[in-house]
Amino acid sequence: MNLDWQIFLADDGGGRTYLEWMLEAWRWTLAVAGTSWVVAVSIGALMGTLRTLQSSPWLVRLATVWVELFRNIPLLVQIFLWYFVVPKIFPAFQQVPGFVLVVFALGFFTSARIAEQFRAGIQALPQGQRYAAMAMGFTTAQSYRYVILPMAFRIILPPLTSESMNLLKNSSVAFAVSIAELTMFAMQAQEETSRGIEIYIAVTALYALSAFAVNRVFALIEKKVQIPGFIAAGATGGGH
Amino acid sequence: MKKIALALAISLSGGLSAQADTLEKVKSSGALTMGVRDSSGALSYTLGEGKYAGFHIEICQRIVANLEKAVGKKLEVKNLAVTSQNRIPLVQNGTVDIECGSTTNNATRQKDVSFVLTTYVEEVRIAVKANSGITSIAQLNGRNVATTTGTTSVQLLRKHERANGVDFKEVFGKDHADSFLLLESGRADAFVMDGQILAGNIAISKAPADYRIVGEVLSVEPIAIMLRKDDVAFKKLADDTVRDLVKSGDMAKIYDKWFVQPIPPKNTRVGLTASDATKTAWANLNDKPAEDYAKK
Repeated sequence: MNLDWQIFLADDGGGRTYLEWMLEAWRWTLAVAGTSWVVAVSIGALMGTLRTLQSSPWLVRLATVWVELFRNIPLLVQIFLWYFVVPKIFPAFQQVPGFVLVVFALGFFTSARIAEQFRAGIQALPQGQRYAAMAMGFTTAQSYRYVILPMAFRIILPPLTSESMNLLKNSSVAFAVSIAELTMFAMQAQEETSRGIEIYIAVTALYALSAFAVNRVFALIEKKVQIPGFIAAGATGGGH
Repeated sequence: MKKIALALAISLSGGLSAQADTLEKVKSSGALTMGVRDSSGALSYTLGEGKYAGFHIEICQRIVANLEKAVGKKLEVKNLAVTSQNRIPLVQNGTVDIECGSTTNNATRQKDVSFVLTTYVEEVRIAVKANSGITSIAQLNGRNVATTTGTTSVQLLRKHERANGVDFKEVFGKDHADSFLLLESGRADAFVMDGQILAGNIAISKAPADYRIVGEVLSVEPIAIMLRKDDVAFKKLADDTVRDLVKSGDMAKIYDKWFVQPIPPKNTRVGLTASDATKTAWANLNDKPAEDYAKK
């Protein structure tokens, strides 16, 4: 098999090389994934917390509907709903750029999954912690803010790492709504150059590199926020 | 993504096993694999249930009939659906013996594969909504222009932009149906693509009268059946079949059958009579790459 890496230095017809184009595509991938991550974690944390508020059944129901709605519809279908169906019903959405719609779609889809992780993390805490907070005279908001959430967040760091890496890889569906990200670059450039193997190897490497970087960042966070004696990075069978 | 992974795996593993002499190969194995497309307009498309039909598939069937005569036995013909991404690796490594789709014959690809004499010449055109008032590419400056990811039209638009200093806002559909939806839903003002694909999509749309193919021909591309490189005997057999079809007048009849008459499964018409470029290709049969057409 003969590989021709020179292809990345060839002009794509628009005055830039395929390498420049690929790096630009990589930036789009990171932008989509990064923005969606912020949306996903903020909404996911909120919804996950709401699902554990035993005293407010309507908030629990609202959050449950949110989670079930967004995790029961395939991601690609959600993206098409945002891109083609929503603007039919609300014409104002016609003006919203594809980037924003894809961030909504990807962010909401992932938020449903992150919400479940938050719920799991909160419910994994022994009831005693909640009671202890109440005994201190904390309101519900205070006990979540100072006792429950800081612990739950640490517990769910490992699945949150996987989810963030997934989000990065899932951002490849953005090509379906015309975002010029890595997957789209791969499909287009291999057609133009007929050097599919080289292009896919390079794109695969960039995806792997980005996902691994996410992994390392989370490993660092896990290490920084660990509380001795509790679940922590590198500890075998922590617990409480 | 599965398809890509598959193509990658096959091309990595099969790089060495390609057999140049197809006649020998089918004689000993008794089987031949035909690469087909799921939706390449009337050139090659699926009828469902593993059945494929179209202009190029019918020509391929004629080639296979002659191949059977040449090797002196009946061959088992297997269909394998290929994509734009995997068709060349699959032909190179011997998985596919003859590809009957909508592959543009260009100089880059000629380094990797061979092409039978050009049987169809594609003209890249612009489809717009009939009431949009757009009649030429110059009017598309600053407008949203749709095209399909993984096609040569994307590069064509880019070159056109650079050469003429115009600025399109490109939007990309993931397949032709998707690109047409962009035009239909108003996200794009125009859809730039191969003429027969535009005609085909308009023919099956909800209101075909609402769309029009307008403007100048942006590019001319020879579309041909693809074979393995350096397989002189098989290429000669295929070329001779095409020559005979043209000489006997069957070529024009087959064209009429797929592009003018109603075609299965829904009995719709593509309604695209043979262009002058296609007729010229039949009159002067050749396997020149797209680059030679551009020079004219």
